[in-house]
Amino acid sequence: MKRYQQMFNRLNSEGRGAFVPFVTIGDPTPALSFEIIKTLIDAGADALELGIAFSDPIADGPTIQGANIRALAAGATPAISFDIIAKIRQYHATIPIGLLLYSNLVMARGIDDFYAKAAAAGVDSVLIADVPLHESKLFRQSAVKHDIAPIFIVPPNVEDDDLREIASYGRGYTYLLSRAGVTGAETVAAMPTSELIARIRSYNPAPPLLGFGISTPAHVKDAIHSGAAGAISGSAIVKLIEQHQSEPAILLAQLKQFVSNMKAAT
Amino acid sequence: MSELKLNPYFGQYGGMFVPQLLVPALKQLEQAYVDALEDPAFHTEFQQLLTEYAGRPTPLTLCRNISPNPLVKIYLKREDLLHGGAHKTNQVLGQALLTKRMGKKEVIAETGAGQHGVATALACALLGLKCRIYMGAKDIERQQPNVFRMKLMGATVIPVTSGSGTLKDAVNEAMRDWSATYDNTHYMLGTAAGPHPFPTIVRDFQKMIGEEAKQQILTAEGKLPDAVIACVGGGSNAIGMFADFITEEGVKLIGVEPGGKGIDTHQHGAALSTGSYGILHGAYTAIMQTSDGQIEESYSISAGLDYPAVGPQHTYLQQTGRAEYVAINDDEALAAFQQLAKSEGIIPALESSHALAYALKLATQATVPTVLLVNLSGRGDKDLAHVHSVLAGGTL
Repeated sequence: MKRYQQMFNRLNSEGRGAFVPFVTIGDPTPALSFEIIKTLIDAGADALELGIAFSDPIADGPTIQGANIRALAAGATPAISFDIIAKIRQYHATIPIGLLLYSNLVMARGIDDFYAKAAAAGVDSVLIADVPLHESKLFRQSAVKHDIAPIFIVPPNVEDDDLREIASYGRGYTYLLSRAGVTGAETVAAMPTSELIARIRSYNPAPPLLGFGISTPAHVKDAIHSGAAGAISGSAIVKLIEQHQSEPAILLAQLKQFVSNMKAAT
Repeated sequence: MSELKLNPYFGQYGGMFVPQLLVPALKQLEQAYVDALEDPAFHTEFQQLLTEYAGRPTPLTLCRNISPNPLVKIYLKREDLLHGGAHKTNQVLGQALLTKRMGKKEVIAETGAGQHGVATALACALLGLKCRIYMGAKDIERQQPNVFRMKLMGATVIPVTSGSGTLKDAVNEAMRDWSATYDNTHYMLGTAAGPHPFPTIVRDFQKMIGEEAKQQILTAEGKLPDAVIACVGGGSNAIGMFADFITEEGVKLIGVEPGGKGIDTHQHGAALSTGSYGILHGAYTAIMQTSDGQIEESYSISAGLDYPAVGPQHTYLQQTGRAEYVAINDDEALAAFQQLAKSEGIIPALESSHALAYALKLATQATVPTVLLVNLSGRGDKDLAHVHSVLAGGTL
């Protein structure tokens, strides 16, 4: 998990924020997915946020649900996803790799088994979409044991007590939700006030990255302007995959363009 | 975080596995429930709605003809006679009152067979709440009369086409909706499953089924039944029936899961019979899943039991051995459905037919005088078209 720290140190010295793209591993196929993730890195992503496909993604809107369905239909499994991550880790030794997934995939073969495999593949952080702070004990303990950063979500309605715990248990980065609802570019990000970010930062949590509804360079710019350490964009990227899944050359070119534009706004 | 007021776990099962965003809404619901319990006005109003509007207490009927064995008496707890056609009405009245106490104006719900949707729609019509109901596209097709009932009572029915288009997918959509709307909207979950505090609240708002039945059977028989039998999808009618009998060690508690085309076929909804545990829809409980942890699609002739998980208290009751869970296949349920109609003049819901089918099986084997209490959780009007087409040679 020290890769996040190194990334934030580098960005701080450059005076810039992070741009972190999200895709579901195996979308639209495991083979093309590897090329897609490589392209995200080459186009300037500072870190990666990767999903492992799940049958019932309740925190996701239609776009990322579609990615889960395509990946599962193409045969993506947790084992195949870890293989792809290991190849990405070989391709790039220092980029932070975060996983974003659902609890039942972590539980299926035992929590510790999951974190051991994640660590072996080169994962730096794990965010479990349906494990809130007060149910997180077994997960975060196993994470830390395997040198993986447990990531916690700060929703716009966060209580002070929760912020205190997130600051104490979270590592790597803090996932700051821009708004209520599920993932998706249909509902744009509501920029947090600088007061909210200042309040969060006063508890000294891992650096906050803003996610949900981030789809344009202006969103990235605003997020950093209001005090976030960077921004995460998923559905806008997955939409490109959905649109161009059968024309890989065009898809990769578009992704490259999109990511470099978003990075340029940091 | 401010502490929870109630224990979210039944042994190791249950919990509150939801996105952080939804935790305040669940805590608000828990607080509203705890406050309501201490408020006599709440109890008075709930009781009044149950008796004057819903028609409680429901009768207990001793079957005259269906028992295959003269040693065995079969009693039916007649939730089919409750307003709305099933036990679902009980708990939605309670949750609708909580909705108002929380100052929320809108309600979302999921429905499988449409019974919870109908119950939600009627409670919302009665108490002036606006409701929208998520229902799997496949279920909409096989439960048309209930869809029309919901619409007549002013509900918006939203078809869910993702996944298998059944109850599981309707729950997913309802939770997605709620994560954007919890400020002014209550999620009226329809069964004793899902994240805390739903398994506790729904059980408590259904436990009058067992409390009444216990008194009624004591009056009729002068003793408690040998076994209490109820069907289990998510498990609300069963836990409502079992709750007051849990401490009565001499009474066997038997939950009947949907065996579909057989529990060795993968086409069933018998989560407890598979012995596999994981997290679905906010609770750690028995679920149907692959070795990777992907949720499997359930199957049952009965839309109301077509769900790949079960409420966490049932998983706990199975683990402690207090309750036993068995499976009844589609064809056995269908036979019991017809048999009750022919021999007693009662058309049961396909869901409840599973419980009855198991009671008939037990009755056949009995060698000593035995009293069986079956929860007839709903009536079969909604199933007529579906059963008609099946009996006419269509597919299940």
